[in-house]
Amino acid sequence: MASRFDVRSQPGFGTVAMFTFVLLYLPIATLVAYAFNASESVTVWGGFSLRWFVEASQNAAVQDAAWRSFVIALSAATMATIAATMAAIATTRTAPYPGLSAKYAFINLPLMVPEIVTAVALLIVFSRVKVWTGYSGLGYLVVAHTAFCIPFAYLPIRARLEGMDASLERAAADLYATPWMAFRRVTLPLLRPGIIAGFMLAFVISLDDVVITEFVKSGGQDTLPTYMLGQIRRAVTPEVNAIATAFLALSILIVTAFFFINRKKS
Amino acid sequence: MASAAENAQRHHREEIRRRWMLSAPALLIILVAATGPLLVMLAYSFMAKGDYGDVKFGQFSLDGWFSVLFQRDMFDDTVTLADAHLSILWRSLRLSLITTLATLALGFPTAYFIATRPRHTREIWVFLVTIPFWTNLLIRTFAMQQVIRNEGILNNALRALGVIDEPLPIMYTDWAILFGMVYVYLPLMVLPLYASMEKLDFRLIEAGYDLYAGRLAVLRRIIIPLVKPGIVAGSILVFIPSLGAYVIPRVLGGGKNMMLGNLIELQFGSGRNWPLGAAISITLMALVMVALLVYVRNAAKSGAQHG
Repeated sequence: MASRFDVRSQPGFGTVAMFTFVLLYLPIATLVAYAFNASESVTVWGGFSLRWFVEASQNAAVQDAAWRSFVIALSAATMATIAATMAAIATTRTAPYPGLSAKYAFINLPLMVPEIVTAVALLIVFSRVKVWTGYSGLGYLVVAHTAFCIPFAYLPIRARLEGMDASLERAAADLYATPWMAFRRVTLPLLRPGIIAGFMLAFVISLDDVVITEFVKSGGQDTLPTYMLGQIRRAVTPEVNAIATAFLALSILIVTAFFFINRKKS
Repeated sequence: MASAAENAQRHHREEIRRRWMLSAPALLIILVAATGPLLVMLAYSFMAKGDYGDVKFGQFSLDGWFSVLFQRDMFDDTVTLADAHLSILWRSLRLSLITTLATLALGFPTAYFIATRPRHTREIWVFLVTIPFWTNLLIRTFAMQQVIRNEGILNNALRALGVIDEPLPIMYTDWAILFGMVYVYLPLMVLPLYASMEKLDFRLIEAGYDLYAGRLAVLRRIIIPLVKPGIVAGSILVFIPSLGAYVIPRVLGGGKNMMLGNLIELQFGSGRNWPLGAAISITLMALVMVALLVYVRNAAKSGAQHG
């Protein structure tokens, strides 16, 4: 009885699966390993060192781009989460009304359009607006990021709302709570995990964006990803690896937190 | 009596108005910074191109659409097919299709492997697939570059094993784009496949073996038909972003091996032909919509079958 016949197993599937996991992690592992390379080049291993992290963190262009990425992601995720929360309340727990399914489609539309297409469409419109108004600040990037973050923030908030019992709010109304009070004291606390999840998702999506930012930004408005895109072509030192590694660590931190928040909920 | 009904109706109308007000900010932002610009771009594709980029505003022209597929000779005005554009379109379709098949070949066994793990370890495997999915696309492309370039670990390993003497020049070829896309989009195949395999009823497989089916017959006649919705979903989820890829071909393909996304950028950059760029963008969007439609129709069909 050494090997019982297992109805679940298929020959070779385990091997392919292992290959897949190696494929998924080997490139990232390589990138991270070279970030700790002491040597000047990305090709020769010169021992372990943190020197590229130090150099990256002292690079004014990197500091500048990192700060800009953070400001844009924070503003866009905040605005997207507020707008998505309102939209989610407006589109859930209701009998179908005229325009409801059109609203769903419209809110999810940014997900369907290839990023490069949205990017050049925004370039067309914003380049004209820039000429008309003379304003060329971060506002364009924030608005563009907010728009594509809304569907991502909307998803978990809507999912949470649909699982919520409307009778609690009705009970609050029966007890003479004003609509605003019922919202603040009943709906909002119950909705909080969904809102947090939506915000985190939107924040990561905004932080990660390359394509739309690359086309919308004015001169000197690099974010960390567009800065990296510019550097990769020249990449001769492991400094880009160090930036990418730090960026990676941050995303993994947020995703892991997201994973645990969602797990606790269910 | 009538006034009560009237009241209820007024209340209902009020409710709908309130719901429209609440969704207004989200709809407005998307209109201003996503949907609206697409309509403007559609209009631009029908205008004459400006001399230094942009368009001659309001001046109608079909040149942009004409140049998507054709070119007019500068001297004798003969019309020929625009070979450069066709070859880029063909490369985009071909690479996206191969990427879809390759991710399916890797993703199917992987998803099945995860679905047959004990319940408590399954979540960890799924998490391991999710992490690369959420890490920055540019960083993953850059990571792939470090593996496949001449001094990268792939070439070093092959050389150490004595398979090759000279490094394989993978970077800046279609192969590089293919490797990058398979690597980047693989999680998009595994996750929906897993979602449908998780619901797989293994008693059906057992029944298949009881009826003397071999492993291959079980796979072909039972497992694949049951997880077909996952196969379709995963394929569409990989095919669509592959078709619109921009960062991966830009970083790994270099300047010569363009895909549609890069051709679009070129028209808005040094090509200085915005109407053409707009027309290609709309073509790309139409291709994506066709793929989505296939998916929706398929989902509706399989839903009707099971429901």
